[in-house]
Amino acid sequence: METLQTPGREMTDLTDYVLHLADNALILGHRNSEWTGHGPVLEQDIAISNIALDLIGQARMLYQYAARLCGGTQTEDSLAYLRDAWDFKNCLLVELGRGDWAFTVLRQFFFSTYQYLLYQKLTGSRDATLAAIAEKAVKEVSYHLRWSGEWVVRLGDGTQESHRRMEAALLELWAYTGELTTDAPYESRLSRSGVAVAVPSLQVPWTQKVTEVLREADLRLSLEALLGNTWMQQGGKLGTHTEHLGFILAEMQYMQRTYPGSNW
Amino acid sequence: MTNQQNWPLWEVFIRSKQGLDHKHVGSLHAADAGMAMENARDVYTRRQEGVSIWVVESAHIHASNPEEAESFFDPANDKVYRHPTFYNLPDSLKNM
Repeated sequence: METLQTPGREMTDLTDYVLHLADNALILGHRNSEWTGHGPVLEQDIAISNIALDLIGQARMLYQYAARLCGGTQTEDSLAYLRDAWDFKNCLLVELGRGDWAFTVLRQFFFSTYQYLLYQKLTGSRDATLAAIAEKAVKEVSYHLRWSGEWVVRLGDGTQESHRRMEAALLELWAYTGELTTDAPYESRLSRSGVAVAVPSLQVPWTQKVTEVLREADLRLSLEALLGNTWMQQGGKLGTHTEHLGFILAEMQYMQRTYPGSNW
Repeated sequence: MTNQQNWPLWEVFIRSKQGLDHKHVGSLHAADAGMAMENARDVYTRRQEGVSIWVVESAHIHASNPEEAESFFDPANDKVYRHPTFYNLPDSLKNM
């Protein structure tokens, strides 16, 4: 039995939800930033760094909002730098190691497809702040989607080696895609009150878009074999993470933890 | 960055705002026109430098020969009457 919504519950749910959206953006942004200076060619180094910056920009807007919701002494920085792994609510997909270029662009494509559908719907949220953030972010995300989709096709339908790597990335990433469209309790409660997006409703359009691009990328057969795999990894949205998140936080939070309150 | 040697070179032209011409801003490597367009967007317009982009494969550009510069350009030197500098332009015309 679902208990009645109380104002206190809705507030906690909203904070969790905003943090979930922010953590997704921050962690993938940080992962992508690991390519800066290491991209396969100069132009793509800049492209992936731009995407990283877009995501970190989205994370900042969301953390600022979350800090207002938390009240007290919380700031966007304390939320990013002083929470531990179990407080993070990002999907597992975004925290996985950087991988090779095929892994990076396919992960980005899976995530951008989700984020594009999500933000499009979130512009109609009852929460005006979330709606405004989504409105601004959806333009960036449609470019990420275009860019990553073209890379998926280019590599999937490229050389034997690039096709092999794309296939390997697909096999590795697939089990992490289900969590994107499986809702956490805070998400489903908030979607009923018109604040959050009901992510299960994104599953059909997500699969459609992904199928369309993977078909063009000559990865149709691999995808069809995977579509029957319904077992999916999950836990990130509720704070149960893979071993990768601890490492990324250690690197990201090291300075603030060692020299509390330092700035430059 | 060895791949770059295999990718053709492209010249990038950016229109900085409506009503102005596209100006040459530089060049980059890309595998195809689509990638050239996205690379140009990422490399040359990330600080709001433009509203429109053209990319042309450098191989398609034919340039005048510097050795022929004298016969090409010098004859125009002493023909001031060809210059439209004798008209008064209204102040409101900014980009002429």
